[in-house]
Amino acid sequence: MDRRKFLLGAAPAVGLASLVSAGCKPSSGTQGHAYTPTYFRPGEWDFVLAAVSRLIPSAGAGPGGVDAGVPEFIDRQMELPYGHGAYFYLKGPFLENSPPTLGYQLRYTPREIYRLGIAAANSATQKSHAKDFPQLSAPDQDRFLAAMEKGAATFATVPAAVFFGQLLTNTKEGYFSDPLYGGNRGMVAWKWIGFPGARADFTDWIDQAGRRYPYGAVSISGATDG
Amino acid sequence: MAERKKSVDAVIIGYGWTGAVLAKTLTDAGLSVVALERGPARDTSPDFEFPRIVDELKYGVRGDLWQPLANETVTVRHGLNDVAAPYRKYGSFVLGNGVGGAGVHWNGQLWRASPEDLNLRSRIEERYGKKFIPPDMTIQDYPVTFGELEPHFDHFEKVCGVSGIAGNLRGQIKPGGNPFEGPRSDEFPTPPLPAIYSAQLFEKAAAELGYKSFPLPAANSSIAYTNPYGVRLGPCNLCGFCERFGCFLYSKASPQTTILPILADRSNLEVRTNSYVTKILLDNTGKIATGVLYVDDSGREIEQPASLVILSAFQMHNVRLLLLSKIGTAYDPVSGKGVVGKNYAYQMCAETAAYFSEDVEINPFIGAGAAGQRVIDEFNSDHFDHSQLGFIGGSLIYAGATGGRPIDQMMVPPGTPAWGEGWKAAIRKHYRHSAPMGTQGSVMSYRDRYLSLDPTYTDSHGLPLLRMTFDWHANEYKMAAYSVSKMEEIVRAMKPEKQATIVMRPGNPYDVRFYQSTHTTGGAIMGSNPSNSVINRYSQSWDVSNLFVYGASAFPQNIGYNPTGLLAGLAYFSAAKLRDTYLKSPGPLVQA
Repeated sequence: MDRRKFLLGAAPAVGLASLVSAGCKPSSGTQGHAYTPTYFRPGEWDFVLAAVSRLIPSAGAGPGGVDAGVPEFIDRQMELPYGHGAYFYLKGPFLENSPPTLGYQLRYTPREIYRLGIAAANSATQKSHAKDFPQLSAPDQDRFLAAMEKGAATFATVPAAVFFGQLLTNTKEGYFSDPLYGGNRGMVAWKWIGFPGARADFTDWIDQAGRRYPYGAVSISGATDG
Repeated sequence: MAERKKSVDAVIIGYGWTGAVLAKTLTDAGLSVVALERGPARDTSPDFEFPRIVDELKYGVRGDLWQPLANETVTVRHGLNDVAAPYRKYGSFVLGNGVGGAGVHWNGQLWRASPEDLNLRSRIEERYGKKFIPPDMTIQDYPVTFGELEPHFDHFEKVCGVSGIAGNLRGQIKPGGNPFEGPRSDEFPTPPLPAIYSAQLFEKAAAELGYKSFPLPAANSSIAYTNPYGVRLGPCNLCGFCERFGCFLYSKASPQTTILPILADRSNLEVRTNSYVTKILLDNTGKIATGVLYVDDSGREIEQPASLVILSAFQMHNVRLLLLSKIGTAYDPVSGKGVVGKNYAYQMCAETAAYFSEDVEINPFIGAGAAGQRVIDEFNSDHFDHSQLGFIGGSLIYAGATGGRPIDQMMVPPGTPAWGEGWKAAIRKHYRHSAPMGTQGSVMSYRDRYLSLDPTYTDSHGLPLLRMTFDWHANEYKMAAYSVSKMEEIVRAMKPEKQATIVMRPGNPYDVRFYQSTHTTGGAIMGSNPSNSVINRYSQSWDVSNLFVYGASAFPQNIGYNPTGLLAGLAYFSAAKLRDTYLKSPGPLVQA
């Protein structure tokens, strides 16, 4: 299933809203950019699309996470050293009762967290609603995400709150990072908040404190926001 | 069997700030020197080039310039009876890696210590009485005074092209500078940059309350500048990518922009990168180092014999290597005996965020690690009367963001949803109109806060990780609450629509999950004799006289300032003694 079909089929309210939302015209990328995930399997990909569309919805003003390419960002990250856990110390033994203030103590790489977390989430919504997460209504999806966030949902493998944290962190990373990683397509998130991206040159603004910076964003590749 | 290299006069372990200072001193003196750096070679070009370097995800979040934790990390526990857990992901502090070390991706906030920071125990006892110091607080005086270090502070500031305004010039208090600083022999080498907007609002509010704000001493050069070694720095453009990034403009002082260019072609210096030192070797008396053992890029074990060993890695790595090499007596928190690992300390920081209305244009992305920021020093160190306050130490209070990186530095008021439509609306409303103010506070040293080798976890070479035993004490909670009350008063006077504070309160244990400070200190502290310290006033090991140890590992307790100025001052003070005395007649520089 491509994303366009997904948007119109599985979550119609969100998909349609994205086309009419104020302040964010539908970009050609949204409609024309078909991305085939490398890491995520089809059912998992549906989950990522559905979850991202609730974490940063297209409804309301401002670009939604799916419009911005966040799912593509997450999939691509899974294939990089980051997804394979190369940035983390993952030697055992793994303590089970370590206080949360001592940080992450699980054995899983980000790829494994998604694989286990998505399966556990779908299994939980099958129990409660006899549907996979992507097939829930948007309000039910929101309620389930909130239960994961609070740790109120119980997963047998990776804790729900850990999976949620991973998902939300990567979603915001994809929304705000340079477009070279696949998210923030067209620098839509930077435009939305007014961050000029890779300009990194404010010599002429050193003496103009307090005046609104007037220039738009540029990306590392040199693209401008028009 | 390790391959044995040809012997050299000196081997340097860790090629960051202090390694560079010592490499210069020793090669100036004609010694043959090998510098071993665990990480890769790095230089402004190509490693910090624009625009590739202004990549928040790669450098600010993933931390591609940091030490890869997969290979080596530390373990952390709160108390003596707890089991330590590995620091598996970056949070509370970030560790440097590669040539330049953390001196590449620091902010450039270059402070001296206050004179009273260096004789803290005597000062507190004299001013408030001996009983004022809690029995489990193990603070001690430095064996060196501000006056002795001052020429070296001054020199390092000139090496770095630090911008600022003198507040105490040879004893005369000057307007616009820090009236609480120790007397300086000279002005700052470069003038400060104008305040960024949030710092202007802070300056005005501080003045209304009667405080004397001043430009934060910034190793982000404000003008084109040539340092005493003939190395050039360029003016900072407030690009907003200082902290966690290498500087593409040659503005932020780093070993690369201040010292390394003059060492590059020295025939008596060889820098070997990707060389991971596993042990300092001793002769059969255990009192003389004979060199080091390291593992190179291809996994070969190599012995590098040397007559002099310079241990100039990051604070934690210095302590770990001493413990792995069994140099000195490991500290035992139960008996209080032993010194290696003793007096680990940290900093306690707090933040008050100011959320302004949408007509206040903060432009948060215009900023630097230090330049353009403003600060007050009224409530730091012993600059104020503690007698009725019941704590020791203090905080500086500062205004100015290091940048407006949207992943890591987004500010939304408490109560804002973390996701969904509400979050999306809030980031637009607040991003351009919010500013953080911060306190950076000292942490004292305590009998039960220390560093040791972990009994369980190992690095990628199979060697034990360093274990940190640390949690906050009552003194620091009180200190933070007091500093925060002053910061909140200033922020109120800045008249934001909303303000919100994050501060550690009693009941909040040390939490490794969020960034606080990389200013970790102690574990190889300096002192007046071998029973209270690892090194003497010249940074020389009491146990092994041809071993010198540099870095914040020397601090007997922490200060409310950033540590680089003090640790560089201690390194230059030692380097002068090495050059003038030790090299002529090697041996203990202070009699035990």
